[in-house]
Amino acid sequence: MELADIGRTFRRLDYETKVTGRAQYLADMSVPGMCHGKILRSPLPHARIKHIDTAKALKVPGVLTVITRDDILQDEGIEPYYGPVFKDQTIVAVEKVRHVGDPVAAVAALNSDAAEEALRLIDVEYEELPAVLDVHQALKPGGTLVHESVRIPESGFADLAELKPIEGTNICTHFKLNRGDIQKGFAESDHIFEDTFTLPATQHSFLETHACIASVEPGGRIIVWATTQNPFVVRTQLANIFKVPVSKVRVIVPYLGGGYGGKVYPKVEPITVALAQKAGRPVRVVLAREEVFYTITKHAAVIRMKTGVKKDGTLMARECEIHLDTGAYAEIGPRVAKKSGYTAAGPYKIPNLKIDSYSVYTNKPPAGAFRGFGVSQSAWAVESQMDIIAAALKIDPLELRRQNGYNEGDKFVTEETLRAVGLKECLNEVARSIGWENKERQRDKEIGRQGEAAVRRGKGLACMIKATITPSVSCAVMKLNEDASLSIYTGTVEMGQGSETVLAQIAGKELGIPLQAIQVLGVDTDVVPYDLTTSSSRSTFHMGKAVQLAAQDILNQLKQIVVKEYGVPEDRVTFADGKIRLPETQLDYAEVMFKRFGMQGGTLVGDGQVKTLVKDEFGEKSTSAFWFLAAGAAEVEVDPDTGKFKLIKYATAVDVGKALNPLGCRQQLAGAAITGIGQAMFEEIAYDNGQLINPNLVDYVLPSLGDMPPVIDPICVEVPDRNGPFGAKGIGESALIPVAPAIANAIYDAVAVRIKDLPIKAEKIYLALEDQKGKP
Amino acid sequence: MKKPISLKINGTERHAEVEPRTTLLEMIRDQFNLTGAKLGCDIQVCGACTLLLDGKPVSACSVLAVDVDGREVLTIEGLGNKNALHPLQEAFMEFGALQCGYCTSGFILTAKALLDEIPRPTDEQIRDYLAGNFCRCGCYQEIMQAIRNVAKIS
Repeated sequence: MELADIGRTFRRLDYETKVTGRAQYLADMSVPGMCHGKILRSPLPHARIKHIDTAKALKVPGVLTVITRDDILQDEGIEPYYGPVFKDQTIVAVEKVRHVGDPVAAVAALNSDAAEEALRLIDVEYEELPAVLDVHQALKPGGTLVHESVRIPESGFADLAELKPIEGTNICTHFKLNRGDIQKGFAESDHIFEDTFTLPATQHSFLETHACIASVEPGGRIIVWATTQNPFVVRTQLANIFKVPVSKVRVIVPYLGGGYGGKVYPKVEPITVALAQKAGRPVRVVLAREEVFYTITKHAAVIRMKTGVKKDGTLMARECEIHLDTGAYAEIGPRVAKKSGYTAAGPYKIPNLKIDSYSVYTNKPPAGAFRGFGVSQSAWAVESQMDIIAAALKIDPLELRRQNGYNEGDKFVTEETLRAVGLKECLNEVARSIGWENKERQRDKEIGRQGEAAVRRGKGLACMIKATITPSVSCAVMKLNEDASLSIYTGTVEMGQGSETVLAQIAGKELGIPLQAIQVLGVDTDVVPYDLTTSSSRSTFHMGKAVQLAAQDILNQLKQIVVKEYGVPEDRVTFADGKIRLPETQLDYAEVMFKRFGMQGGTLVGDGQVKTLVKDEFGEKSTSAFWFLAAGAAEVEVDPDTGKFKLIKYATAVDVGKALNPLGCRQQLAGAAITGIGQAMFEEIAYDNGQLINPNLVDYVLPSLGDMPPVIDPICVEVPDRNGPFGAKGIGESALIPVAPAIANAIYDAVAVRIKDLPIKAEKIYLALEDQKGKP
Repeated sequence: MKKPISLKINGTERHAEVEPRTTLLEMIRDQFNLTGAKLGCDIQVCGACTLLLDGKPVSACSVLAVDVDGREVLTIEGLGNKNALHPLQEAFMEFGALQCGYCTSGFILTAKALLDEIPRPTDEQIRDYLAGNFCRCGCYQEIMQAIRNVAKIS
């Protein structure tokens, strides 16, 4: 059997079970005695609950139980308030509902039909309140408050400790970043640019909706099967809500049908556990598509950006105000706002900065993590304005980026030193891919051939820098079995990104074992060691490293056995291709195991732990364990008569550090780019007076095969990171971020109109072109 | 009021009793434990629940079970055989045409229907035929490659 390796494409370990339809996702599972749960949701964006009557619902045949606010307030075993940053969420609404779709009650019944019928029979009397519909309204002094007060947990995330809600306002958090002397910076600039950019809320739209099966055993032991990207966070939150030690909570995670950030932190788990507890038997809740839209969204944003520039294009100063609509609950919005603020300078050296980034409460469904995490918001403004500056100063947009972009060893806005910075390599690669240098020549030819009113081609590019969550922890354990096969235990969730395969490749490479002899076990918090989260593009880097260390631990144990059992000096024992080499001979792992245990049996357990701190192992400041760098370039065709446009080609280059599984990397790059294309061109959650009017996959449009450009070119740039396994970095989010500004910049290049509000739709281009015609 | 129906599932004659409102997807998943087809959107647009009904792709979330009485259904579990996977299943793995896998059974079955109808489709025909299947992980290029490749070799 071929030994595992890195830097080569291996068939993914999760493929065979998936292409045969045998892979079990949560909604495919059931447990003995299981009943079905459904959630009653608020029809109003903001209202006080006056009265709830469940009498009629309880009479429906097959209904086992109903939970309302009384259950969570009167049960001493339940802490009603929870949330990853602030405790502003409750299992069901307590005093008020704060958005359309806010859970008000839940029913458990023997079948879903009975549960549905019971929902219709729960009487809720509301007193409607004025609703806060957007950030402008939210910020008006003396206006309606979404939360009259917010509970702050005693211990929370270290990196968010300084961020608190501002009492008496709807400001959830305000992140400030000041650098240099902003007044002086503007004074020394030759030109000042000021623009406002907006983006709407969008939805992850994984095809697998959130789901949970929960069982509460007598004595309080909680078992949940969950569609979560961070089982250990869900475990902690459930332990806090139900007041038990984390050892009494078991979270099992099957394969996920997509995550993209929308399955981090508790979602449907607390309400399912509460139902199971009261029903006294296991309950399964599977959200309907519409409910997913009420559960989590991506932050809409308004970004005002003022930038001072020298004549030669040197960026001197930037003032930026970002308002992110975090909806009715903070969720992880405070960190999203912080990351938006950190990246408001983009991947550029700007000596003078005044950044204010706010997460703001409104009466909309909560916004949280979405692939790109705050940076896809800031980059829309940063990278659009870069081209506005380039056009005004008549500098090539690629040159302007090269001139101001980060190099190895430059200082980030936090004053820490940047390492392994493949920014310019990424820019060069995408420019090459779309033929940036021939841009002008090609255009002259097109116009010459087709005349004035013909379709116009344009090219645009964009780039970005992003951080990964730091500090964080990943632990891995592995067992070398008596036949020299390997079992790997990690908390990394396989949600499509190919983590199982990459982790097996890393372990197999270290130990010299074929992939076929390696089993990566599913996630079960009773069994696998702690991992913070499968998000922030962190698993290959962090868990990959932990797996590498665990494999080295096993090698070391084998070496010690050989020293002891065979009497060979330690420095004469080496490893190659799965064998132990001694001066005279070589040994198989299985032989050495036999020697150690005296029979064909026994286990060696390897342990690997990775922790990242705000100071790295070399003692340098490090707000990010590694840095994501990426660029994208688009070529478009625009019809100047109608504004209709087509994406002809999209190139995406990401600094992956080292491509451990090259096909897997290209999938992640192209996949993230396609999500970016959706957000750039048509995705938008639409509201009418607080009602979400397109919570389905007909009216909320996802990109399909028909929307794809003829070519998407995913390019892996490799600038190795000194801390990553074999130099690898994380890659999951990077490719999404530059897409929207690259397309907007290409459209400007084609027809000289600047779209500042996403999504970029034909009618916006048409209206801008009409507007332009009226001007001299 | 349950109604008895008979149909062929993956080549074998089967019998079921269904409520008039039971969908084909519910019946296949809940009564026959064939869970490869998934509920995604529930309104016939995402393609995750695709099954082949008399060889043609249908959204099983929007077909009533009573309407398949006497007809023939193929699910992903019925593709290939014990010794060999279907060439489309092989090609999807080789070209990396899936990530999370939730849409995969729908894509493979739709692609099978396409190739049964048009053995050598153009790119345009592939795009049109599969426009009703969403892959949110964004494996569209790889899916195109996999289908092109099977069309070429078969």
